[in-house]
Amino acid sequence: MVDAGGVWSEQDTTPGVIEEALRQLLREQEARDAAYAPSRVLNLVAIVDREWRGEILNRLERVGRYHPSRTILCAVESGRRTIDATVVITADSQARPGEFSLTRERLVLDLGPRHLESLDTIVDPLVVSDIATLVWSPHGHPEAVDALLGISQVVLVDSVNEPDPASAVARAVQLAERVYVVDLAWLRSTPWRERVAATFDPPQWRPELARIDSVTVRHRPDSCIAGVLFCGWLSSRLGWQPGPLVSANGTLLGRAHGRRQDVELRLVPHPGQSVPGLAGIEIDTASGMKIALDRGPGGLTARRSDRHGKVSTWTVLGASRGEAGILGEGIRQALLRDPAYRRTLERASVMLG
Amino acid sequence: MAIAEQVNPLVEGLERLPVHPTTLAIFGGTGDLAHRKLLPAVYNLAHEGALPERFNLIAIARSDIAHDDYRSMARESISQYSRTPPDEQVLSKLLEQVRYVPGSFDDDSVYARLGEELKQFDDEAGIVFNRVFYLSTAPEFFPLIVSKLGEHGLSDHDDAEVRVVIEKPFGTSLAELRELNPQVLSVFDEKQVFRIDHYLGKETVQNMLAFRFANGLFEPIWNRNYIDYVQITAAEDVGIGRRAGYYDQSGALRDLVQNHMLQLLTLLCMEPPVTFSADDVRDEKVKVLHAIHPPTDETVPNIAVRAQYTAGMAEGKDVPGYLEEEGVPDDSHTETYVALRLEVDNWRWAGVPIYLRTGKRLARKITEIAVQLKPVPHLAFQAEGSVGVQPNQLIMTMQPNEGVSLSLGAKIPGTRMRIRPVNMEFLYGTAFLSQSPEAYERLIMDAMRGDATLFTRDDEVEAQWRICDPILQEWSHEDGPLPTYPAGSAGPEEANRLLSEGQRWRAI
Repeated sequence: MVDAGGVWSEQDTTPGVIEEALRQLLREQEARDAAYAPSRVLNLVAIVDREWRGEILNRLERVGRYHPSRTILCAVESGRRTIDATVVITADSQARPGEFSLTRERLVLDLGPRHLESLDTIVDPLVVSDIATLVWSPHGHPEAVDALLGISQVVLVDSVNEPDPASAVARAVQLAERVYVVDLAWLRSTPWRERVAATFDPPQWRPELARIDSVTVRHRPDSCIAGVLFCGWLSSRLGWQPGPLVSANGTLLGRAHGRRQDVELRLVPHPGQSVPGLAGIEIDTASGMKIALDRGPGGLTARRSDRHGKVSTWTVLGASRGEAGILGEGIRQALLRDPAYRRTLERASVMLG
Repeated sequence: MAIAEQVNPLVEGLERLPVHPTTLAIFGGTGDLAHRKLLPAVYNLAHEGALPERFNLIAIARSDIAHDDYRSMARESISQYSRTPPDEQVLSKLLEQVRYVPGSFDDDSVYARLGEELKQFDDEAGIVFNRVFYLSTAPEFFPLIVSKLGEHGLSDHDDAEVRVVIEKPFGTSLAELRELNPQVLSVFDEKQVFRIDHYLGKETVQNMLAFRFANGLFEPIWNRNYIDYVQITAAEDVGIGRRAGYYDQSGALRDLVQNHMLQLLTLLCMEPPVTFSADDVRDEKVKVLHAIHPPTDETVPNIAVRAQYTAGMAEGKDVPGYLEEEGVPDDSHTETYVALRLEVDNWRWAGVPIYLRTGKRLARKITEIAVQLKPVPHLAFQAEGSVGVQPNQLIMTMQPNEGVSLSLGAKIPGTRMRIRPVNMEFLYGTAFLSQSPEAYERLIMDAMRGDATLFTRDDEVEAQWRICDPILQEWSHEDGPLPTYPAGSAGPEEANRLLSEGQRWRAI
């Protein structure tokens, strides 16, 4: 990122003043150098605790190429009654002759908890009209998210951060009634879902889908919801009717009623895993086939054994995206639509009672 | 219906659909294209997790080197040219699945060894991999390799899909094409053949389809009643570099017009396809090509201009003329610039000139399509004191800044009603988060998937040659010196004679 030449700040200010200042900065920049073109893809409104403001800004800097066009960072400071604002215009790079460089606007608003229930009145004048607005509130503040639902189209959540899987699913279901929900816990499982789909894609293996009788998902201890979503996904796609999960020595056990037979579901914590999400998957079928996927160097390590005990192992290639990459993917997904997630949530709700 | 016959229920919502396990065999695996494009593209697909679940690569080339030597070479190519900085673990795992078969393409033992390597991959995995043979060699080897693949029973398999990707140029004349096509089709079915034109793999070119068929705004005016003429420009600011050997045999018409520029023309002029399936899209493109009358000896001078660049200045530096470039014969008649005037003689386009021009060492690098609309029928505005009302112009830019620009007449602020053109501009880069994948990444995946939409069909290539071949034939009979243009200029003066009265070339 390079400074495109525009910075403005003011203490005890108002949205109208901020908006006017922003427009002035954009006009000045256009007059200074027309080779800089404002990006117009997505607004991101992030609500964060004031003391973690820098950390969140750093995370947003590291999202790779998936930067929102306009980021409005609302930093909540206990006891604050006024709004301070800083506006910065940055560019991807210096524009080269004959080419253009994209610019983005970053607005940082310091505000207090009293502002959150009416946050829409503060944010609405500041978003770029006619492009999608994504809301992300990594430190809680659900009242702020609720206040913004009327002016946003997408909410970014990370179900892993909710206190427990049941409240995570309940919150996601509630939000999904009104806006499109992008869940980072769901996105972390994308490579796993892709690989399971690929494993059963060849016509000779596809009949095995109807013979699945056991699914074991290992997950980081705080990422149980990732396992629930994975089992919910299989249930919704394969027409299983899952029952409630029950806890036994830290493992969640359950059964789903399939068309041919019941499917045993096991969600097992895996303390050795450092990153949030899934650690491994095992799928067994009634005909004796077993598929296992585990994290490994250079991708996922896949192992298939057939009913005769013949084992085949290979690596499904893919670089780790890291948590910054996952957040970038969440921002990118705000402009796409994945119909599978909502159906997954319905099954997950049943599994969590 | 049995579940095996149904659509895989697990793919809903997935952006990347499963591709059957595949072994990609690259003939010419040590060549420049493999080095700069193919191997980096394969790595990037691996990095993104987009390759088939199981993937192997076999390189075939003359150098007598071992598997490990080739892996080291591939690692170097990928490290140097990949658009993503390589992840060491992904790269190492990818290279574990790479093998090398040395030998010349006419040597039967090469194909026997290739067959063994393919079978070994299958046996080790306990499955049969699909096979994609990528012919990244000099074109004279295409018939030989295809024929040897057939002789050695490698052109089909009972339990797997076998496909062949053939790089351009697919023939260098109509006669050559008519010889090559039957040779290829005597071994492979047309649905197995993927003739690559990497231009079609560019997002910018595919965006043409979205622009035309996803927007109701333009379709009503997309015809001879509203469009005055069209100019398609593919200008390069660079010279021929070290490619004299290739370029002097090829020239601008074969290098860019016969394939890339005619593809742009077809996408611009085609009727909406019924579906976006490979054959529906290609059927419509072929109809456009068939509607262009092949030039005759008499018409070539009126519709085609060629030229060579002379010494001049580019990017502030003195640069040599084409005949002074290293490796170019002193008496070369190869054109570095070509301009054409074509007409698509059908209901929609009859009477609308479509101008094509391309050249080396022009003023700047740009690829664009300019659609000039007809002027408004009555001018009630003052022309005095302004440039007046100009016809609208719609510009679709492919590179460097992909976008769409529409010129509109607007009132100049003031007390008088004076009009001047202003531009409404849209840049794709401002509206999308994603970076476009390299064309070769898209095309390699499509070939592995069996989707031929972005590849040229046999009748399509033949129709392209039917337009270009008579021009080459006629030029081959002309002995005099070619028209020239100084390096760094907009091209030769002679190109102006193709234009109708009142028309002019857009500034490059």
